[in-house]
Amino acid sequence: MRVAHTKVNVARNSEMAHSSIISSGGETLPLAIELLNINKSFGDVRANRDISLEVKSGHIHGIIGENGAGKSTLVSILYGFYSADSGSIKINGQDTPIRSTADAISNGIGMVHQHFMLVPNFTVLENVMLGHEGSLSIEMASIVARAELQKLSDNFGLAVDPDMIVENLPVGLQQRVEILKVLFRGGRILILDEPTGVLTPQETEQLFDILRGLRSEGVTVLLITHKLKEIMAITDDVSVMRGGQMVAHQQTKTTSPAELAQLMVGRKVLLEVDHTPAQPGVTVLTVKQLSLIGIDGVALLSDVSLNLNAGEIVGIAGVSGNGQSELLDVLSGITTPTQGEFCIGQIRISADQPSNPSKLRDIGVAHVPEDRHKRGIVLPFSAAESMVLGCSKPDKENVGWWLSPAKLDAGCLSLMHDFDIRPPDPRLASANFSGGNQQKIVLAREISTEPKLLLVGQPTRGVDIGAIEFIYKQLIMLRNAGCAILLVSVELEEIMSLSDRILVMNNGRIVGELARDDADEKQLGLMMAGIAAYESSDKPELGAKH
Amino acid sequence: MSAPQDLPRWADIGLIPLLNVFAALLVSGIVVAIIGENPFDAMMVMLKGAFIYKGSLGYTLYYATNFIFTGLAVAVAFHALLFNIGGEGQAYLGGLGAGIVCLLFDSMLPALIMVPLAILASAGFGAIWGAIPGYLQAKRGSHIVITTIMFNFLAASIMVWLLAGSLKAPGQMSPETRSFTRSAELPFIHDIANSIGLEMARSPLNLSFVIALLACVGVWVLIWRSRLGYAIRTTGHSAGAAEYAGIPVSRVIIITMAISGGLAGMMAINEILGVQHRTILGFTSGYGFTGIAVALMGRNHPIGIVLASLLFGALYQGGAELDFEFSTINREMVLLIQGLIILFSGGLAYMFNRPLARLLGLWLNPGKNIPTTGAENG
Repeated sequence: MRVAHTKVNVARNSEMAHSSIISSGGETLPLAIELLNINKSFGDVRANRDISLEVKSGHIHGIIGENGAGKSTLVSILYGFYSADSGSIKINGQDTPIRSTADAISNGIGMVHQHFMLVPNFTVLENVMLGHEGSLSIEMASIVARAELQKLSDNFGLAVDPDMIVENLPVGLQQRVEILKVLFRGGRILILDEPTGVLTPQETEQLFDILRGLRSEGVTVLLITHKLKEIMAITDDVSVMRGGQMVAHQQTKTTSPAELAQLMVGRKVLLEVDHTPAQPGVTVLTVKQLSLIGIDGVALLSDVSLNLNAGEIVGIAGVSGNGQSELLDVLSGITTPTQGEFCIGQIRISADQPSNPSKLRDIGVAHVPEDRHKRGIVLPFSAAESMVLGCSKPDKENVGWWLSPAKLDAGCLSLMHDFDIRPPDPRLASANFSGGNQQKIVLAREISTEPKLLLVGQPTRGVDIGAIEFIYKQLIMLRNAGCAILLVSVELEEIMSLSDRILVMNNGRIVGELARDDADEKQLGLMMAGIAAYESSDKPELGAKH
Repeated sequence: MSAPQDLPRWADIGLIPLLNVFAALLVSGIVVAIIGENPFDAMMVMLKGAFIYKGSLGYTLYYATNFIFTGLAVAVAFHALLFNIGGEGQAYLGGLGAGIVCLLFDSMLPALIMVPLAILASAGFGAIWGAIPGYLQAKRGSHIVITTIMFNFLAASIMVWLLAGSLKAPGQMSPETRSFTRSAELPFIHDIANSIGLEMARSPLNLSFVIALLACVGVWVLIWRSRLGYAIRTTGHSAGAAEYAGIPVSRVIIITMAISGGLAGMMAINEILGVQHRTILGFTSGYGFTGIAVALMGRNHPIGIVLASLLFGALYQGGAELDFEFSTINREMVLLIQGLIILFSGGLAYMFNRPLARLLGLWLNPGKNIPTTGAENG
């Protein structure tokens, strides 16, 4: 189904591309970038699968997709960081093999990275000319470079004082220096990787003005982002990536944020889940106006409030990167909130009364983390060792001060049978289990603690369909046994199949709540895109909170 | 692409270190040939000097004792992904600890109490000298490599100051303490052997060697069988998982460094309680640094460390014999061979992995086509 969908879109797009070339004043401009069937694998992971992309000259082209969709891999291939396993690249209509960043630069491609590649204690001018001094004498070179920089600044409206030290500049201006670096090297194709992540809204506006200016000068811009708002605000065309594949190409003006959100998140076959109505009991978790400010001063969570009762599953929907991960980290005790508080039973946790994961575990909180490789298991450990990760009570789970391999193995083996973990070998390294079985190890460990509150992040990411069904059943069983479950997932279907209530997060806020029966994909998509919250006049039932 | 090729476990643990040592010896042999000696003769002299001549095995094991302690120290820290470069200073301070308690109590306590007390003091002083950089890393973010190196210099200065000053034996010129009484001595192995009727040549080998082997067992239990070791390994392998599991990472770092420093400090019991019977200047003479190479070569496992320590012990002892036997080969030549072994088994430890993996792949499954050229071009 997904494949058919893609083909239609691609076909439509290439037709449009064709017509636009003919119509642009009789003069046919070749495509700035044309990618054909790009494939790239890292080990078993297929980061890019048969990716084809056409970027028109002088357009701003957006690539949108969730974290891990393969966007960064794709532009890294285009910029010569990686070489593709197969496929070809055409720049301005010419077949152009790109083997290194030097190849990319010499073909007029420049990239502005999410984290700037500037020498902080150099001046703007020194940064711009770095690597392109073109003369043995730095004095001579800087005279030439200064003139060139002045010209670029004037032409593109990119005013920066060339003698300022870069580390003293605000982030927005540093980014401007990055763009000037690309132009200075003769770049006519500019790749921006998540450029607004570090910017304030005002700086973002200024960046967009600059990009529009560049476009009018004929520069092609490729904008990588996971923010729908930016795609809608600035791009001419947009391509959507999901799971390493290109799933759609659209003209921005003919698409809508809701449609893009749906394409990004995907549409999966609804799994049959035996979901009986919940019988909520006492309130287990109360979150009151929780906020979290990151180290760079960006608000990651703003004013989050929610309640969670025993015996219900509350799903948190949202495009990834909108604060869900941070919420799980705070509620599991890994991160301390900046403001606000949350209560689990009688225990109150806030900035003044911080907690930690082992304390929370002791009062019945279990946590299936979003990233099992980074947090959930320790890859070189045996399954039996990963199976006791975080078990904090010395008298529990066979874990005393002395780790007896026999006891660990026996405990692990019994859980392996209960959760059908294959192969049932406690001594096998955790890294050698498949994704689904690794996830089952985490789930088995956490469920076996008989938690009062279970925090679950992306329970089925990278998990095969059989394991998905099994995991869903376990979660429902746990709910029926009276556990309160907070489920964070970017898979809408998962949220809709499992949750009794659905909260939607956008930009670190909870922007709406829906009952299970009221939720449909379209509404959720709108709320996830952050639209419902602002246009709530005709849909009063949405976005009631903000 | 850059990930090390998968090797069968036995090849990784058994074959690779042998190949590395062999490569080092090969290059050493070439150097020996260049200066005009027969490399095979030199090799024989070294082997005999390390194992065959009367008392030589005792010397080899005596040197190995030092390497076991300092190697274990580096290995324990490494399991928490901490590079303890400060074994030298920690061992030095261990000598101070042992020296102080011996000077204070050796005339009043019997050996059965005095010796364990001195061992505890050496471990304790080393532990403190390791825990301070650990604290600085955990709480202040000062990099452990930098601080442990600096603490080596601090230790050296403190020892010079004390041994030339307040700890110096009265009425004496050399910077060392007075000799301890018999009750602060660890017995020599040859004395023990002779007392039960076994003939054994004199050597500095003493009971510390047995303590070192016990320390190996202790480290193995700590790292692979204890809850603390689990926390140490989790911290080392995956900071994210440690954070998730609620392991107090800062505390684990400090404790790990204390244990590491304590093990390094125990090197002093071999030198101070076992052989010198007084604290002297510079008794660590680089054993702390060589411990890094020993741990690297022994793959941070006690058994590997014992084997690597034997190798380095044999090099020290056999090297001395080389120096004695050949007029053209001197002490520096022996240092060169040691340096080559460290280079090949440390710096170039993974050099043979890829070729060996390919070779074994061809050999073990000849039918299967091993991809030798990656898909480099798009």
